[in-house]
Amino acid sequence: MKACQIVSRKFHIDQSYRLETAKEHGAYNTLKEAFALSPVEIIKTIKESGLRGKGGGGAPAGAKWMLMPQDDERSSYLAVNCDESEPGTFKDREIISKDPHLLIEGIIITCYAIKSHDAYIYIRGEYYQFQKILQEAIDEAYTAGILGERVRGEAYRMDITIHRGAGAYICGEKSALLESMEGKRGHPRLKPKQKEPEWYFGNPTLVNNVETIASIPYIIKHGAEGYREFGTERSPGTLLFAMSGHVETPGIYEAEFGTPMFDYINYYGGGIRNGKKLKAVIPGGASTAVLTADEVACATLDYEHMRVVGSALGTGGMIVMDEDTDMVEALKNLLEFYHHESCGQCTPCREGTGWSDTILQRVLDGRGSSEDIDKLLELASIMDGKTICVFAPAVAIVIRSFIGKFRDEFEAKVTA
Amino acid sequence: MSFEFTKENLEKIEALKSRYPSPKALSLPCLWMAQYQERYISLEAIETIGDLIDLPPMEIYRVATFYTMFNLEPVGKYHIQLCKTLSCALCGKAEMLNHLKNRLGLSPGESSSDGAFTLTQVECLGSCGTAPVMQINDQYYENLTPEKIDIILDSLEEGS
Ligand SMILES: Cc1cc2nc3c(=O)[nH]c(=O)nc-3n(C[C@H](O)[C@H](O)[C@H](O)COP(=O)(O)O)c2cc1C
Ligand code: SF4
Ligand code: FES
Repeated sequence: MKACQIVSRKFHIDQSYRLETAKEHGAYNTLKEAFALSPVEIIKTIKESGLRGKGGGGAPAGAKWMLMPQDDERSSYLAVNCDESEPGTFKDREIISKDPHLLIEGIIITCYAIKSHDAYIYIRGEYYQFQKILQEAIDEAYTAGILGERVRGEAYRMDITIHRGAGAYICGEKSALLESMEGKRGHPRLKPKQKEPEWYFGNPTLVNNVETIASIPYIIKHGAEGYREFGTERSPGTLLFAMSGHVETPGIYEAEFGTPMFDYINYYGGGIRNGKKLKAVIPGGASTAVLTADEVACATLDYEHMRVVGSALGTGGMIVMDEDTDMVEALKNLLEFYHHESCGQCTPCREGTGWSDTILQRVLDGRGSSEDIDKLLELASIMDGKTICVFAPAVAIVIRSFIGKFRDEFEAKVTA
Repeated sequence: MSFEFTKENLEKIEALKSRYPSPKALSLPCLWMAQYQERYISLEAIETIGDLIDLPPMEIYRVATFYTMFNLEPVGKYHIQLCKTLSCALCGKAEMLNHLKNRLGLSPGESSSDGAFTLTQVECLGSCGTAPVMQINDQYYENLTPEKIDIILDSLEEGS
């Protein structure tokens, strides 16, 4: 397994969240190089590196940065997405609590490239104890003159403000996040027809995931080619993949794209817990299609291959399930999550998540019929492709994959 | 009943205004401050916030009711929130819930009569690698076992 330390390099260093320690290990060294380049040159490098967004969608970062206007009288903003609410995902938390200065360094470079002076880090409300570590790092950076009126003596003002969420999965969706930052309910916005930036109080705004931004300093230091030494042609670089569920050593381990999934689970996860056999893996956070053990055996961890096996890389948070797992219970658990988290704007989503939860409860109570299984699939079609955001289509994918691949377990629970 | 922000919080709110393009952005920060001040968010607090950031109180109320972490009713001094989502469920959440229920004599959604504890179940806490997990107020407790829960609750009971 190739060792990768693009964002996890300082994770194992004692007290690396402190400025002094982080600096001993090279923090903020790339700022000088970055400010010697023009904003457009930086964006070009990011584009050439092939860096893809690490919040779940995998959108090319460079192309998104290019949508930001370079001369506009309105102010530009950066919103860093640390909502991290996708079940099975717990990587951004590692970055903000173990190497917050890497994130701050990435934010400064990103803001310089998109001509923004104000960045917000939107962080889920539950992460308060990690938020405090991040806030202390930001405070240290202000005191040291890394943030504030002049970034390290450069004629560049830079302010970073943490914005705390309050318990709403949907606020991770980029437009819902901005609604929430505008002080409103976290309701996703209708998508524009053409490609354009996001908007914060009507101002052009870039939304990127924490890990995406934390990858920037490496790319500035080692160049686009340096980043492309990892990963595949179309999925360059690395990801902080995560593992939870029935493995011996769950956790976060950075790996390059293209790593075989089975090897990853065995090498870092120590295999399936208690010598059991693998039954299934949800590969990229809860909202991706579940894979059977056979599919896992031939899956590799990159965007393209995960599509080939009929799922998606998502956030790279793998939920591993052993042979004893009841797949009907597992789906029920996820449907409760979606039912609770639907923002309620679209009828198919609000009602569909509720009904599918109710129907599956009936099946689990022993009062279901095989018609109920088909009804779940029908609800999946109703939720697919008819809503403001992709939350409901993701629920459809989850329902279809569970029933499609483990139908016998569902049949075994219904009477007639 | 009336509600007033402490002087310290009012200063914080003023300072935050300069960080945002519009004071409307401050609804979440203000709701948090109100909740820390009183352990829940009262209708009076909602009116005060509306005045401060120039939004109708109904708008603040709509926001407060959207986010699950805002409590519109008082909760116990220790708010125990057990994660119920998939990774925790795979790793023994049901046993933890039973243990908490027996030990506290509470079902999810209930508070103890002395106001010390409230028990709730919540969705994924972003701590799936150390499941099962619970949060008590702002603190995470990970890799739970029944014994660990006892030690944690013992120390809280001693402290209160
Ligand atoms: C329902 C839903 C939830 C999401 N949650 C998150 C999240 O918690 N964190 C995140 O970074 N992106 C999340 N996203 C993706 C964001 O919309 C957005 O694409 C991302 O933050 C962009 O950053 P990136 O390009 O760097 O990945 C979510 C998307 C959807 C549809
Ligand atoms: S699909 Fe669901 S979560 Fe997305 S906007 Fe519609 S109701 Fe809200
Ligand atoms: S499932 Fe419990 S913390 Fe994620």
